[in-house]
Amino acid sequence: MPVQRPLAVEKTHIDRIIDVDFHLTRLVYAYVACAAGWLVFGSLVGEYVGIHLAFPDLGVHPFLSFGRLRPIHTNVVLWGWSSLGIIGLALYVVPRTCQKGLASTRLAWASLWLLNAALLAGTVLLAAGVNNGGQEYREFIWPVMGTYALGLLLLAGNLYRTVARRSITEIYIANWYIVAAFLWTLALVVTAYLPWYQNGLGETVIQGYYMHQGVGMWFTPMVLGLTYYFLPKFLNKPIYSYSLGVLAFWTQLLFYTLIGAHHFVFSPIPWWLQTVAIIFSVGMFIPVVAGTGNFLLTMRGSRHALVRSYTVPFLLVGILFYFVGSGQGTVEAFRSLNPLWHFTNFTVAHSHMTMYGFVAFLIWGGIYGLLPRLTGQEPPHLLIGIHFWFALVGILIYGISLMIGGTEQGERWIAGAPFIDSVRLMASYWLWRAVSGSLMLAAHLIFAYNTWRMRPQALPAHTAEAAGESA
Amino acid sequence: MSLNFHENHRLLYGAALATFVALTVVIAIVPARWVQEHTEPLSGSRALTEQERRGLAIYVAEGCLYCHTQQVRPLPVDKPFGRPSAPGDYARLRPQDVWRMTPALLGTERTGPDLSNVAARQPSDTWNYIHLYNPRAVVKGSVMQAYPWLFAIRETPGPGEVIVPVPPDYAPRGGKVVATQAAQDLVAYLLSLKQTPLPGGELPEQAAGAPSGAVTPGASVYAAHCASCHGSNGEGVPGVFPPMKGDPVVTAADPARHIHIVLFGLEHAAINGVNYAAEMPAHKDELSDGEIAAVVDHERTSWGNSAPTVTAADVARIRKQGGP
Repeated sequence: MPVQRPLAVEKTHIDRIIDVDFHLTRLVYAYVACAAGWLVFGSLVGEYVGIHLAFPDLGVHPFLSFGRLRPIHTNVVLWGWSSLGIIGLALYVVPRTCQKGLASTRLAWASLWLLNAALLAGTVLLAAGVNNGGQEYREFIWPVMGTYALGLLLLAGNLYRTVARRSITEIYIANWYIVAAFLWTLALVVTAYLPWYQNGLGETVIQGYYMHQGVGMWFTPMVLGLTYYFLPKFLNKPIYSYSLGVLAFWTQLLFYTLIGAHHFVFSPIPWWLQTVAIIFSVGMFIPVVAGTGNFLLTMRGSRHALVRSYTVPFLLVGILFYFVGSGQGTVEAFRSLNPLWHFTNFTVAHSHMTMYGFVAFLIWGGIYGLLPRLTGQEPPHLLIGIHFWFALVGILIYGISLMIGGTEQGERWIAGAPFIDSVRLMASYWLWRAVSGSLMLAAHLIFAYNTWRMRPQALPAHTAEAAGESA
Repeated sequence: MSLNFHENHRLLYGAALATFVALTVVIAIVPARWVQEHTEPLSGSRALTEQERRGLAIYVAEGCLYCHTQQVRPLPVDKPFGRPSAPGDYARLRPQDVWRMTPALLGTERTGPDLSNVAARQPSDTWNYIHLYNPRAVVKGSVMQAYPWLFAIRETPGPGEVIVPVPPDYAPRGGKVVATQAAQDLVAYLLSLKQTPLPGGELPEQAAGAPSGAVTPGASVYAAHCASCHGSNGEGVPGVFPPMKGDPVVTAADPARHIHIVLFGLEHAAINGVNYAAEMPAHKDELSDGEIAAVVDHERTSWGNSAPTVTAADVARIRKQGGP
């Protein structure tokens, strides 16, 4: 009999289904499914605006114009996809690591409705040209962001109470990051939306702080916290060093909070503020190396798991991009390199390599690792593989082409060439961007289908059995 | 009660939140408030008019600030965009209304050029209307969004309507393009973007400035003040802005009229049987005699033109005679 050769390395199927409250499964799934929906929508918009640069006469309706769709893309992928994805996973991880049920499933559902309502309203308003003044990532006007923040507040209370009622003495490191991220983000949103210190350049000082912490005190600690749970779980071994995780937690808090102004190097905001930001950007190497090193040392000796698991490769890519993306961010802040890269497409490459290569890959790793074990439904391994490779090749082409293009842009400006030269030279790189964007969009459509395949189906058999036994 | 972060959730999260809030106060709120209170509008600057304010609202709503900065850094690379921005440049910015915060005009990306001083570079409202209607009609290779919805097409424009002379290749099949109120407001705002000289500071050498790589002074003045309408290749925009290449005034043996037009501007020009509706702005206040002589020479000796050149003294003489 001929040997059946699989198309790719055969991946291990899930070995067991986690016995978890079906209501929690449905809740987690609802968050993930909404996240997937926003991802498809957000990346469709992203792909469209990317193509728009190559074919600028594409959109002749205000709703299809670059200036209105760009904030829709960023807000939907940040507050829709990434945020709902990490929250969904956190709603499983926090109760699990506290060995206690979620404080209130019902309130978590209410939060999901609030978050989605805010996203929907915000998107419609942005399309209609109603934004908060064009501040990046706080384009939602305050009633919309207030609704979103209310959703986050309810979740923060929910998760905090879950930790407070934990059945074990210690607070697992994942919960340090996750619950703290909620608290930091709430403080951040309040700071960003209070108007009393935001006239003139005051607005710029707050904007630098906000757009930076929005990423660094929300997405980063959330996905790091989740990875502190998922990585040891999927590898079936303990985290390399608990202390490194604690060190990274405090240094992240101390250093990251101070570096927002590095988005406005050489701007007229106070010089000392810029200098502090640059110095602590270098300091960021401590939490980044501690975090990355901790994860990589945990993975050491687990080649088998890497090859056989369809989840761990996502985590590995995410961890590596965490390191690369953070390093990029630090060097972009230097006064020597900032003039070359600031204002260019290099920063676009950076933001995608971090939010996509780092954050999105870690979320996918968590989702593919968790959902099948919750619902008993596995998507086809081949489709997970295609998702992985399309997304990875996509972000690599995207990042590399825009890094090269951005550098050339900066060089052209420094050489004193007419401005339009720097626009024309980007044409070929924008074409590569459109190609890579298509790969990523295809990956997201597959991910959405896979999510559908992982949906919970009524009561899973084992739950029914358990119910029968106790009867 | 344990004083151990690992076991005491109140202590852990309390410390994490308190640290963050304290750092926020130090690094964001206090500096923001300090900047807000210690910055005065520059003397010699003025507040936006009501129309310009409406234009700014459109600028924000359409997301212009995602591609255009209004932030000139004290770096050689930013010299073409004007003098370095000062805190006072932004001191008049306030929230638009109760729903929206202070516009984030500084920007973080330069897909298009900086606009801090754009009115000095592109003072022509006609150019700005055409550029908004379709950027590619006046800038080849531009990737900017076109804004046709800020314009209306009229078979017979009424009196007082602003007719936009869109070049034939980009004009609609029938009717004339007229600027709506929104387009007029936006252009009014763009034309207000002119840097106020810093007190005591020199207006940096040709702030409106030339790319530093430009070869001769004449070419550099031309690039900064003339090229947007007359084209860097001297070919203008057909039917809208006349070419300099082979122009009868530019190639005339007597340079007096050429100098006069650069100094004092021109309206309703008819050149080689074409009526040009756009007004040529005067440059007598912006450019010195030497600069005008340099740019006039540049026009008279480039793109195949070869007419007699002029001196600063010629310009001074015509300036004295006055105009227009």
